[in-house]
Amino acid sequence: MNKRVAGFFAVGSTIVATVCILVILFGMAGMFLVQGLPHLSWAFFTEAPRNNNTEGGIFPAIYGTTLLVFIMTLLGVPVGTITAIYLTEYTKQRAWLPRVIRFAVNTLAGVPSIVFGLFGLGFFVQFLGQGVDIALGNDQMVWGKPALVWAAATLAVLTLPVVIVSVEEALRAVPREVREGSLALGATKWQTIWKVVLPNSVTGILTGSILAVGRGAGEVAPILFTGAVYSLPELPDGLSDQFMHLGYHLYVLATQSPDVDATMPLQYATTLVLLGLTLVLNFAAVLIRSRLRSRQIRL
Amino acid sequence: MKKHATKIKADNLCFYYGEKKALDNVSMDIPEREVTAFIGPSGCGKSTFLRTFNRMNDLIESARVDGRVEIDGKNIYDSDIDVVKLRKRVGMVFQKSNPFPKSIYENIAYGPRLNGIRNAVELDEIVEKSLVRGALWDEVKDRLDQSALGLSGGQQQRLCIARAVAVDPDILLMDEPCSALDPISTAKIEELILELKDMYTIVIVTHNMQQAARVSEYTAFFYLGKLIEYDRTKKIFTNPAKKETEDYVTGRFG
Repeated sequence: MNKRVAGFFAVGSTIVATVCILVILFGMAGMFLVQGLPHLSWAFFTEAPRNNNTEGGIFPAIYGTTLLVFIMTLLGVPVGTITAIYLTEYTKQRAWLPRVIRFAVNTLAGVPSIVFGLFGLGFFVQFLGQGVDIALGNDQMVWGKPALVWAAATLAVLTLPVVIVSVEEALRAVPREVREGSLALGATKWQTIWKVVLPNSVTGILTGSILAVGRGAGEVAPILFTGAVYSLPELPDGLSDQFMHLGYHLYVLATQSPDVDATMPLQYATTLVLLGLTLVLNFAAVLIRSRLRSRQIRL
Repeated sequence: MKKHATKIKADNLCFYYGEKKALDNVSMDIPEREVTAFIGPSGCGKSTFLRTFNRMNDLIESARVDGRVEIDGKNIYDSDIDVVKLRKRVGMVFQKSNPFPKSIYENIAYGPRLNGIRNAVELDEIVEKSLVRGALWDEVKDRLDQSALGLSGGQQQRLCIARAVAVDPDILLMDEPCSALDPISTAKIEELILELKDMYTIVIVTHNMQQAARVSEYTAFFYLGKLIEYDRTKKIFTNPAKKETEDYVTGRFG
């Protein structure tokens, strides 16, 4: 009898927990949909904010966020992939150096994101950026100020652990027999990695990119000091320009506006767009991945 | 017993996985352009021995080799030996067929491309010639651009043989090439081995004693890391000199 009661409670509590999560999730999504949807219009997507952020659209923020995530991926995924190749292919599993690197990577994953923001300001903006300015002999600060490229670099560092871990898993999943098959034909280690191992891990590398994009698109703290701004007269057209960002824009709307009530509908709509954009980015990557995977099986 | 020129000569070869001794003072001469079979119970060291011929064991971190393996009179464990070049001369077919997840054509062209062959006409010729030698051409000639993973297990294994042949090696090592195949595919591979022996020195590890009897001219019996007996296949199976060999080939153990 006791066992049956315990079983009943176990099953019951898992159901309750699941329902709670679903209610919260759908409640939130529903609220944003109901409150934000009426405000979505062509103009909202294509215009810049006006009248102290109480009117107009959010196009510059959508543009900035997309560009940021794109550059972040370009910077972070290659570095993460190369690191993962080094760790899995070129080090002995029990040597001290890879253990130190893995420990560092895991620690990196646990660092609060605001710390990355400060690191980005100190290292990328002030050290690298100003260094570049001095080296180029610029009179005015061109690179030595918050900029798109430094924000993207900071986010790339933040998302590095995600990339490294998933690429490592993908590389390790390539069967030993396939590697040996290549080596036995007289391929060098690098030829084997380049022609057999990497093509076999494309889906894993894409998974890493998806997770990185998912993580990076929503982060605000790291870009606070490194490139994002309140509002812009024109769109960024270079790596050293500053940019607007959906998450940051939301923060500005909610806390920095003289008339918060007037921005309420805009807040809901912006949230909806941010969620939608993250969803679309993720979905696109998943689509690419499944297409590549099915081609790999056929080809 | 010797009639043929020696292609591979092992001399007091010992092999260690960490502390464990997997091969104990193995010496033997393997004849050129013949099929030599290695038999013995699991863990007897026959696969390890085979993999010393193309230094595939180099990949194992804790492994260590003592002694010599000479191919054409040159010790392949000398420091001036280029392992990559060695492996181009000593092809290998593995227990589990391991085609690359590429097209049939690209699987065969992989090795020649490594050797710097870029010319499309030349590659086409090599691919056709290799697939003919692998007894696979007629089955796949109309779908060379399709995935090698779509082939049956037996076809995949013949593809792997064709792939090994494509780089024009002198020696073909086969590590239980039929252990995962059905009897019909096995028969095809055995037929193929008999055809290839005029061109290559073939060394085959097998668990299947009938297979050793069918395809090989010479047979070596290994037990607990030692070479127990090595002689003409006919003699090993009808009139072995050692008691252990007799017990094994008559199925009393193993």
